[in-house]
Amino acid sequence: MTNNLRFKTSKFIDETYRVSFKFNNKTYFGFKGDTLASALLANGVHLVGRSFKYHRPRGIMTSGSEEPNAIIQLHDNSSRTEPNVRATEVEIYEGLVASSQNCWPSVNFDIGGINNLLSPILPAGFYYKTFMWPPSFWKKYEYFIRKSAGLGKSPKVADPDIYEHNYIHCDVLVIGAGISGIMAAKMSAKNGYKTLLVDEKSYLGGSSIYDNSEFSKINNQTTSSWLEKEINEISKLENLEIKTRTSVAAFHGYNFLLARENLTDHLPINQREKKVRQRLLKIRAKKVITATGSIERPLIFDNNDRPGILLSSAIKKYIDLYGVACGENNVLFTNNDSAYETAMSLIQRGIKINAIIDNREQIDSKISYEVEKNNIKIYKGYTVVDTYGYRRINKISIMKLSKDGQTVIGDKTKLNCDCLGVSGGWTPAVHLFTQSGGKLKFREEDQVFIPDFYPSDQISIGSCNGDFSLEEIVKNTLYSIKKFLNVENSEYKTIEIISGLNLSKRNIWLLPSDKSIGKTKSFVDYQNDSTSKDIKLALREGFRSIEHVKRYTTTGMGTDQGKLGNMHALGIISETAGTKMGEHGTTTFRPPYTPLTFGTIVGRNVGEFFDIFRRTPIHDWHVANNAKFENVGQWKRAWYYPKNNENMHQAVQRESKAARDSAGILDASTLGKIDIQGTDASEFLNRVYTNAWSKLAVGKCRYGLMLNEDGMVYDDGVTTRLGENHYIMTTTTGGAANVLGKLEDYLQTEWPELNVYLSSVTDHYATISVCGPNSKKIVSKVITDLDLSDEKFPHMSFKNAKIDNIKCRVMRISFTGEHSYEINIQANYGKSVWEKCMEAGKDFNITPYGTETMHLLRAEKGFIIVGQDTDATMTPIDLQMDWIVSKKKYDFIGKRSLYRSDTIREDRKQLVGLLTENPEEVLEEGAQIVADIKKSPIEMLGHVTSSYYSPNLKKSIALGVVKGGKNMFGQKLIIPMENKNINVTVADPVFLDKEGERLNAKL
Amino acid sequence: MFLINCPFCGEREQSEFKAGGEAHIVRPKQPTELSDDEWAEYLFMRKNIKGIQFERWNHFHGCRKWFNMVRDTSNDQIKAVYKMGEKPPVK
Repeated sequence: MTNNLRFKTSKFIDETYRVSFKFNNKTYFGFKGDTLASALLANGVHLVGRSFKYHRPRGIMTSGSEEPNAIIQLHDNSSRTEPNVRATEVEIYEGLVASSQNCWPSVNFDIGGINNLLSPILPAGFYYKTFMWPPSFWKKYEYFIRKSAGLGKSPKVADPDIYEHNYIHCDVLVIGAGISGIMAAKMSAKNGYKTLLVDEKSYLGGSSIYDNSEFSKINNQTTSSWLEKEINEISKLENLEIKTRTSVAAFHGYNFLLARENLTDHLPINQREKKVRQRLLKIRAKKVITATGSIERPLIFDNNDRPGILLSSAIKKYIDLYGVACGENNVLFTNNDSAYETAMSLIQRGIKINAIIDNREQIDSKISYEVEKNNIKIYKGYTVVDTYGYRRINKISIMKLSKDGQTVIGDKTKLNCDCLGVSGGWTPAVHLFTQSGGKLKFREEDQVFIPDFYPSDQISIGSCNGDFSLEEIVKNTLYSIKKFLNVENSEYKTIEIISGLNLSKRNIWLLPSDKSIGKTKSFVDYQNDSTSKDIKLALREGFRSIEHVKRYTTTGMGTDQGKLGNMHALGIISETAGTKMGEHGTTTFRPPYTPLTFGTIVGRNVGEFFDIFRRTPIHDWHVANNAKFENVGQWKRAWYYPKNNENMHQAVQRESKAARDSAGILDASTLGKIDIQGTDASEFLNRVYTNAWSKLAVGKCRYGLMLNEDGMVYDDGVTTRLGENHYIMTTTTGGAANVLGKLEDYLQTEWPELNVYLSSVTDHYATISVCGPNSKKIVSKVITDLDLSDEKFPHMSFKNAKIDNIKCRVMRISFTGEHSYEINIQANYGKSVWEKCMEAGKDFNITPYGTETMHLLRAEKGFIIVGQDTDATMTPIDLQMDWIVSKKKYDFIGKRSLYRSDTIREDRKQLVGLLTENPEEVLEEGAQIVADIKKSPIEMLGHVTSSYYSPNLKKSIALGVVKGGKNMFGQKLIIPMENKNINVTVADPVFLDKEGERLNAKL
Repeated sequence: MFLINCPFCGEREQSEFKAGGEAHIVRPKQPTELSDDEWAEYLFMRKNIKGIQFERWNHFHGCRKWFNMVRDTSNDQIKAVYKMGEKPPVK
């Protein structure tokens, strides 16, 4: 069948550059400049895929980003493989490999095609209705439904390409480089606006750039040659940046837009090495001009989805731009004048047109007379009622429309064809406009939605604003841009337009057929296989809202978001329900306009940059010493340091024992540190902590608990009074930023009268904690200028000191219950001081320990960890920390909430210790705690919050929260696990050294 | 994403800011004098208006300053920004 389908091409196609590519394992040739679609059509290939639900053969239908059918798998079986790519947008390159989706074993013979025969029992809502009963079977159904769902295959290995994000700021953004976009960009740039012009195509000029018709001329030149000169002129403007292959994906409020710029997708794979593939542009524009054009509407008739049925405008583009004939025996089917332009393009190249079927009874335009002059038979007032041919259309049957257009009359005529071009008029591409929050209005005359209310400084021009004739487009663009940009000079002296087209149209949303509607398959959404029958069914079943009908029938829910058929769905609904168009609104157009790759969305945030992390100044030492790390907030914290193939448990047991027997060392640099200064600093602390601070002497430290205003524990830490009006507060590692934020909030909004200043100094200091019975001996070797005697330097006090002339702050504070010192030193000396401590502690088996051992040691002492033992529902009373809540202070954050009726309940969950009957059994954190397992339903009393095996006590210990637990010491409870019930006894949460002998021991 | 005109730094991206709920709710000076209901009114009850709403915002990743903002929640238009303690410039 392959006669030569290639005719004289335009300047966008390089016929001297032949490109070979593979589609479904067969090699084809095209030219540089071809899209995959145009190259396949040039080779006579129309059938490119199977439909989603019925597996019907589908062909290329459009020539742009609105394509619903020709979605293919690009780069088969490689790491770059990508599903659902529109063949109409892929520029071919040497070595391109692509294949059809949703078919098995092949696109020509697809087993799933049986669904087409089963279609009478696969109506809208089939899955919802069928797989409901019995409810317990859902799991089985789901397995099979999941298998058959989805289009294409996702890649299984990491993406080898590079992506990036870019911010762009401009005065004016022009979206779309068609004739109106080009004119707008020129007026904007020439009047001093920094302008960005973007277009999704690889070339500028939109559909006008290949419009060589004698019936639309500007200043007595063809539109294409006039526009070419304009493009030449603007490409030299300094104020104007032009980006092609750039598709605006989203138009948000405040003129914030996201666009995807394609940089390498059109290059052979071997030329993409180390280049950025796609860029996500984050554009902030002061003014936005939307010139996104319009999308031709298909017509809705029986079997309107066969390969070989294309939009009439697509046929025109394939022949005018690519020089490709979509068929050798064409029929055009239209309700307006656009198809006659296509006809003229075909006539000029001598391609056969069998007939034109026109819905209109009367046609009165120069171009239609010209077509008739060429002996083309025009069936006026006719409609196509059916089409034939399985893998490619070969015949249509037509009948006369009744006066009201609701039925067909007379005899059926059959016509042969291998290509049918359809034109149902034009739909303005208002997607981006509505994304920005714009409101549409419905224009009755030609049944289109056009922009009405603009929510930001923006304007829509050209056919996306409902201007369809060349004259309207040019005149209105000049007028509106002058006004929008507030410029005097339009840059265009005289413009004379000659147009042979007439705007008349006979709009019938659903064309009638001689068959009853139940017997027809008139596709409204090609990609999701929803038909007019499905929409009518939904209405019969009571759905009215367009949003509901959409979800029930899946109309408009494919990767193309129903760019072609949504208008017809609305039309059929309003006709059937007897409502006005626009009364039920339109469906919401959501970003992205065309699909984005995940790579573009994440940009450079992959691998180790996926989530930023923070390292302590001592990090490298931990790495060199085999530490395993734990993520705490954004920090990487040393978790434990395994030696000689120890597992975590063994390492933690060794570390914990060493810390209590001799000496341990911990990197505590991640703790939040807030420097607090000002004459009201003490008063401020009084108000934010539950305990009293005014009497804390300079040089002393105190533990503080901070609540939310609702009385729940928010954060804790030790704060040290460095001077009369100077404190340093420590916070939990994860809470640091929020605590600072909360303190600033109160300071600035509730207590602006307080003279207090806050600064985060977390990163400025390295914090090293040395603990254990030998800690004093070690620290005295490192800090030689300090008297460490208990008289001079008791527990909970602070001293300034020097290590090798470097100032440091030393606190005697302890989170382990051992005698311990915390050395704070300028961050860049952290590692060397750590190494000094290690050296000094060599003879005392100084053992570095990580967060896991720290947690174990503090649990032995019953010290809480905010966020582990608390969860924003625990008051200090619930934690049995009544001792830290001042009775004397008149007010502090959260005080009033501590005696609300809910917070004083005796049966609140309270913190307790838990001891297992079998001391070797370690509980699971998070396990539920119950009293009676026979009761049904079992009452959950609480859960385990912390659990460890203590090498120092030689038994399992745990903390948990239990309803009314405060008064349950000694009671037996049960932890039900999957295979067993564990008996526990409620105990005091302080397991070790309640009297603090270790802490205060004379060393 | 909004562009927010921080009263201290000028126009910045929304991502630098944190929203802080309804504005002009003053913490009671004498919480202990309040009944449970009165305290709950201060603690929990917030308006969620479709239309003009007075809000607190914080330039969290910038100057760390809190300020007030008048925003139409139906279309996200920011009507005014003003410093803490100042009277709203619009009704």
